[in-house]
Amino acid sequence: MNERDPLTRLLGVAGEDSGCEGGMVLLAEYVEAELAGRDTIVLFPAVAAHLRNCPACVEDYRGLLALARAQDE
Amino acid sequence: MGPKQVETVPGLVSRELDLESRGWLESLRGSSVERSLALERLHELLRRAAYAEAARRRHLYPEVDGVELDDICQQAAADAVVAVTAKLDGYRGASRFTTWAYGFAVLEVSVKLRRHAWRGGSIPTADDDATWDRLAGGSGAAQARVESGELLAALRRAVAEELSPRQREVFVAVALNDVEIDVVAGQLESTRGAVYKVLHDARRKLRLRLEREGHLEEAVAR
Repeated sequence: MNERDPLTRLLGVAGEDSGCEGGMVLLAEYVEAELAGRDTIVLFPAVAAHLRNCPACVEDYRGLLALARAQDE
Repeated sequence: MGPKQVETVPGLVSRELDLESRGWLESLRGSSVERSLALERLHELLRRAAYAEAARRRHLYPEVDGVELDDICQQAAADAVVAVTAKLDGYRGASRFTTWAYGFAVLEVSVKLRRHAWRGGSIPTADDDATWDRLAGGSGAAQARVESGELLAALRRAVAEELSPRQREVFVAVALNDVEIDVVAGQLESTRGAVYKVLHDARRKLRLRLEREGHLEEAVAR
């Protein structure tokens, strides 16, 4: 999810970015949409962009995805 | 333009609450006895989530374990319960209540683990020669673009000339030296979101400068 290209790591990707708080507000919806097979990049473009730019939030996303998946098992 | 705050998705926001989520909301807003029992259940739910998340991150912080890890998980669960109850009115019903609540446990574990693991460490504040030499010394195909001397020199000039002192401080720590953003936020007595905003603005200034000078046409897609 997060770009490891060193230039991207330094400069991020251009475009709309939800920011950490904006992403956090929508993260639960984002992971449930992903688990439902919906296209999160189309539904939540600013959150998807943020997850490419912010290593801290992408790790939180991975954690929430794992928990959301586990509650359905 | 700063980070966008909220994005709405028609169709998801207005969906009906599932029974379990409705039950959580009703009990957390119920009578004193009902609420007290619901808070106990919520604490247990988030305690388990905190331990699961800490276990998932074990490979990132192998040095944190035993009593220390226990303390972090217990504290994270307690703080997550406080956050959930404080922000209950912000729950929009667009996801299951439990998924929404788990988000707070994940965030608390995330911040606490990072700051704990970094205890005593220093945060690099200078974009000195060693920092740039290390950047230029990587390997791999993608690295080749950064290590092109011209781009690297232009980036270094832009960092020196375009950024405010606070933007430079954050960019040097987080982007150049891979210091965790939560650690920088703790040091600055700020929040992850506020520090990210500073980083976001710094990156935008740097991209604009490098684009103006013709360095980014091939390197970064717009």
